[in-house]
Amino acid sequence: METQHLISIRDFDRDEIDKTLDHARQVDEGKYDKNALHGKILATLFFEPSTRTRMSFESAMARLGGTSLSVGSVEACSIAKGETLADTVRVVSGYADAIVIRHPKEGAARLAAEFATVPVINAGDGAGQHPSQTLLDLYTIRQSMPIDNIDIALVGDLRYGRTAHSLASALSLYDTRFHTISPKGLELPAALAAELSDKGMEIIEHDDLNDVIGNVDVLYVTRIQRERFPDSASYFNVASNYRITPELLKGARKHLIILHPLPRVDEIDPRVDELPFARYFEQSRNGVPIRMAMLMRVMQ
Amino acid sequence: MKKTEAEENERLLVRRIKNGTVIDHIHGGEALNVVKILGITGTTQEALSIATNVPSRNMGCKDIVKLTNRELSKEEVDRIALISPRATINIIRNFKVCEKKGVEIPTLIEGIVRCPNPGCISNTNEPIQSKFKVLPKGLYCHYCDWVITKDLTSYII
Repeated sequence: METQHLISIRDFDRDEIDKTLDHARQVDEGKYDKNALHGKILATLFFEPSTRTRMSFESAMARLGGTSLSVGSVEACSIAKGETLADTVRVVSGYADAIVIRHPKEGAARLAAEFATVPVINAGDGAGQHPSQTLLDLYTIRQSMPIDNIDIALVGDLRYGRTAHSLASALSLYDTRFHTISPKGLELPAALAAELSDKGMEIIEHDDLNDVIGNVDVLYVTRIQRERFPDSASYFNVASNYRITPELLKGARKHLIILHPLPRVDEIDPRVDELPFARYFEQSRNGVPIRMAMLMRVMQ
Repeated sequence: MKKTEAEENERLLVRRIKNGTVIDHIHGGEALNVVKILGITGTTQEALSIATNVPSRNMGCKDIVKLTNRELSKEEVDRIALISPRATINIIRNFKVCEKKGVEIPTLIEGIVRCPNPGCISNTNEPIQSKFKVLPKGLYCHYCDWVITKDLTSYII
């Protein structure tokens, strides 16, 4: 049987996404075999920092009766000695039944899948793809509303934010209107915007959050990274214009949900956490059932 | 039939070859890139003649590459379709054209074009070649999804 990898959300069609979300819901309701992956080992190869993704994969594996192995920091492994990623995944394939990888280079997971002899799951490659995050984002939206005929606003760094790119690609398979609000220079890459438009997605650019807040069902906020700006003053100046506050949300639709892949810094005022719109911690928790569904898919 | 002035010029510019390959109807000015794509360098054995910007009735101007004692395979010449889709290939044996064919754009190209994305894994020391899917909009990097839509020749390895 061909080894099944989960590299990019572009490899999924709508039916496959819906099936994965349905499976995750069953898992969430406790309808799963707690020993489904008993005796299986998951290797987590993280060449970049991660809290949520790594821990939720390990949690998902443990809940299915399996165990996880990791290399610790990059400094502690052979990559620091100059070993190629291709060799690393070939070696790790001998120690585990599946590999979850995060790497700073785009396409790293695709390369890993070419050399691994066990399934590879992409947990983020540079500014590229992050399919498990996208699936849990969609799952969180679907908990509140059908992903059809809805308005979704993406706010923040849409140029380098891989979660935004992955989510946008997936949403192009659904009937959604897409609003973008981002600082100058951090707009959605032109090639991606053109591709989404070609797929029939309506993309509306806005300069001001106030213009869009009353017209959307989902507000997806991403972190604006300080290092993208020449100095702290210009960062704070820009970031303050993209901050979600209770005052801004006064004009929002009642059923609006706010998502954020986390970690957040200043993008969302902590006072918003108490409002019914806030779903980002629930979204983070949803990483476990989604990743359980993904692990079962590739290892069973 | 009397030869046209353009044909006469072409004949004078590049001598006939006894055995080998003639690549004709190359887009004017692209001959050096064609040679580069085919991996023909000064260190290889073949005698190589290049004519650039030769007047052409159909194309205005064209380039011609003649390669002695080497017959190029279809797979090799299809690569040049990316920059010169009207090129024709003539296989010459004993001064006669034995085969004549056009070029077809391949669906996948490997190791010819470098990914322009500096963050792409194909631009590292990994043991892989660059790989691009050829789609109507441009070349899609197999690894990072970057799309090359213009200036293709500046990314030829």
